[in-house]
Amino acid sequence: METLSYFLPQVWFGILALFLFLYVMLDGFDLGVGILSLTASDEERRGLLMTSLSNVWDANETWLVLMGGGLFGAFPLAYGTILNALYIPITMMLFGLIFRAVAFEFREQARRKFFWNFAFGAGSFTAALGQGFALGAVLKGIQVDDAGHFIGTTWDWLNLQSVLVALTLIQGYVLIGSTYLVWKTEGELQKTHVKTAKISAWTTLIGAILITITTPIFYVATRTRLFDKPFIYIFALIPILGILLITLLLKSLNKGEERTPFVWTILLFLLTFIGLALVVFPYIIPVKITIYEAAADPSALVFMLIFTGTLIPVMIFYNIYQYFVFRGKVSGESYGE
Amino acid sequence: MNLLSDTVSLSRMQFALTAIFHMLWPVLSTGLAIYLVIVEAIWLKTRNPDYYYHARFWSKLYVLNFGIGVATGIPMEFQFGTNWAPFSEAVGNFFGSIIGFEASWAFMLEAAFLGIMIFGWNRVNPIIHFIATILVATGANLSTFWILTANSWMQTPAGGELVNGIFIVRDYFEAIFNPFMAVSVTHMFLGTLETSLFVIGGISAWYIFNQRNPAFFAKAFKLVLIVAIIVAPLQIYVGHLSGEQVLYRQPTKLAAMESQWETIPAGQAADWSLIAWPNEKAEKNDWEITIPNGLGYILELKKELSAPVLGLKEFPPENRPSLIPLIYYSFRTMVGIGFFLAGLMGITVIQWLRGKLSQDTINQQKWLMAGWIFAAPLGYIAVESGWIVRCVGRQPWIVYNQIRTVDAASNLPPGDVLVSLIGFASVYTLLFFTALYFGSRIIRRGPRFDLPIPGEEKPAVDTSPAKFVPDERPVEAQQ
Ligand code: HDD
Ligand code: HEM
Ligand code: HEM
Repeated sequence: METLSYFLPQVWFGILALFLFLYVMLDGFDLGVGILSLTASDEERRGLLMTSLSNVWDANETWLVLMGGGLFGAFPLAYGTILNALYIPITMMLFGLIFRAVAFEFREQARRKFFWNFAFGAGSFTAALGQGFALGAVLKGIQVDDAGHFIGTTWDWLNLQSVLVALTLIQGYVLIGSTYLVWKTEGELQKTHVKTAKISAWTTLIGAILITITTPIFYVATRTRLFDKPFIYIFALIPILGILLITLLLKSLNKGEERTPFVWTILLFLLTFIGLALVVFPYIIPVKITIYEAAADPSALVFMLIFTGTLIPVMIFYNIYQYFVFRGKVSGESYGE
Repeated sequence: MNLLSDTVSLSRMQFALTAIFHMLWPVLSTGLAIYLVIVEAIWLKTRNPDYYYHARFWSKLYVLNFGIGVATGIPMEFQFGTNWAPFSEAVGNFFGSIIGFEASWAFMLEAAFLGIMIFGWNRVNPIIHFIATILVATGANLSTFWILTANSWMQTPAGGELVNGIFIVRDYFEAIFNPFMAVSVTHMFLGTLETSLFVIGGISAWYIFNQRNPAFFAKAFKLVLIVAIIVAPLQIYVGHLSGEQVLYRQPTKLAAMESQWETIPAGQAADWSLIAWPNEKAEKNDWEITIPNGLGYILELKKELSAPVLGLKEFPPENRPSLIPLIYYSFRTMVGIGFFLAGLMGITVIQWLRGKLSQDTINQQKWLMAGWIFAAPLGYIAVESGWIVRCVGRQPWIVYNQIRTVDAASNLPPGDVLVSLIGFASVYTLLFFTALYFGSRIIRRGPRFDLPIPGEEKPAVDTSPAKFVPDERPVEAQQ
């Protein structure tokens, strides 16, 4: 029983990390393309950008719903406390997601597309911004009492560090969105996004460096974690691998490769993600409540493992099948029929 | 107490608003999906192109509706954490798990195959496409199943007990199969199906009424009618079962639905109140028209009851719902609509048997068609009223008899909730009217009969999945 109450929360931490990673990667390019649509030069291009997402955006967003549901069931305390503390950024994200989701159909139907173009782009941007603030706030730590209930104020999440994290996350989304477009489009449009990919690779790098430098300076807890014995080697490795991946990414873009940039970007996301997970673990509300304290009853974790855990390979399978059906370059700016 | 400066009231209003608005869309996503499966099956069996065009036409309305369903569903999920954190913590073990199952069983299935169902006609072969349509319908209906399981458990929490404010589950299957689950899932399932049937029927009637492709739409109309013959009466019966389970398990709600202030003892004749004006202050109905012995016959098919029906006064005011008139009239609205729809179905069937619905006579049935057009939005009103009965009638409990709503709300500054509430109210108003506008435009344009039929003659688009779809953009864009 003792070991079970350690093992099960760890398994669920792993599963939620997987959901979150899949979300950040998949909806990342989705939101990234949305943000890029704000810069698209004409209606036709915007149409193509949206077509490139039309069949996947819903499934991509569902990973967020899955993440939310999983967190609710596996770590109810964390679900309540974190969302309560982040009322404003989460609400911001929700409004962003509403606008961008409805824009897909409404733009298609509308004769004057201006408003829905804007709703799509600005919605994507707002959603990404909200997520960035939320991430920044969780990394910084949420003020809770000993029972794990939120005792801070509603604006706690806003500070220099979280602004930095939010801006960098947006850069990252633009980067993965650009490389997705390099893969899915051709011609002039593809060229444009090779350019945006290069620019955003640099801005992401700068953001990452700033975060890496500032975090240990501002946050004692992270600092001790970073310089802890086994971790220091891993944390020393991460920036090196990161620079290596960015180099590979820029090289492949320069060579005009179509698919590899997307792959390098995914690996870059994965690397960052592992870094962040290691900084946070075993806390779920840094640095006060561990996953063991926030976990649901072991029976609930087993129950969920049976009903949700076993479906993970199936869900991944039909997502892949879907990408397979719609493989190839995007064409045609209309997707209504 | 000032409503606008009280976080609990504001959070309740926000939940009510967002739930009521969200509910508008899944109704069609679940019911219409079943209809799409049926028309596609008929097309595959008969290869009659009309059914293929039906599938294409209605799936256009389907995506429009679906997008808004997703967009408004996501705020629902996150609100449990943002506005109801203590509730989330207390019921996470069971309720949270179920919300998680909804996503993994239902939403992902639906989302992954929707793309193929809508855009995949020329990319996969018809059988695979048909399977995708079935999976979308399955996903949509599974989400009804799980969310209703979760909500029924809030009505009749079973399978465990509260220990130090946290619900510890003893038996998960007992919790899933809680006393309300079976009937509520069925009633909701039939509700979405019935609403969708009358929406499809109403729109088809509009085309027939206006002499636009009457033969084509008569097909949809009759299909809908055949299913409605079963669904409409069944829904009344299952609604009756819902009422019975409320009587046994949630006496405060039943008393509110009936605006019954005094207890009716066993062995006494029980009247059914047809319409009344409940006066909450005086704890009585100002006036009332009753059907003598009605309640006795509804509940036990005889004049006198064998068990008492408790009145509101049996319960201390802090343990019973308020807003009695809202609950009372919502219930009567739902029941009235249930009987109206069944009656409309009945009259239409009689006309059909008299041969008045054949290809060339159907468009003379002006009044009948007008009736169906009028009936199109009624299902929605019944569904919303039913939910008001269920959720407002459950008060003051969020989990019946276990957790009070006032103890379940997050501690947020009222200003935050007020701003988000106003935000939701204005965005949802915009969405509502835009959806109506675009929806009616799709309807006014009507079906397209020039789409290539998969697997027949020479398709306009290359169907071999190994090749890319040709670039159809104008020449300028291709360079
Ligand atoms: C087309 C929709 C529709 C129609 C025609 C009816 N209902 Fe209904 N009803 C619903 C759609 C609905 C619903 C929206 O689906 C509810 C809300 C929650 C639920 O489980 O079902 C509901 C709830 C609901 C409840 C509350 C259950 C609870 O609070 O737990 C009762 C007592 C009834 N219904 C009874 C009836 C009766 C006696 C009807 C007969 C004429 C009827 N309904 C027609
Ligand atoms: C099936 C999933 C649903 C769940 C889990 C659910 C749960 C809740 C919760 C947590 C609240 C807030 C606390 C409270 O006031 O008790 C609430 C209130 C409410 N819900 Fe539901 N709800 C569901 C569906 C719906 C739907 C579909 C509607 C309407 C169409 C609805 C209408 C309302 C209303 C009107 C209130 C406010 C009641 C009041 O505060 O007096 N609910 N529900
Ligand atoms: C009786 C009440 C409800 C029913 C029948 C219902 C059903 C559905 C259905 C069928 C969908 C798919 C989207 C669509 O087809 O439009 C959907 C979407 C959604 N619903 Fe509801 N729902 C209800 C209430 C709730 C509540 C209370 C929540 C909060 C947890 C919720 C959360 C969601 C979410 C997150 C989505 C988006 C799913 C996606 O990403 O695909 N729903 N709902």
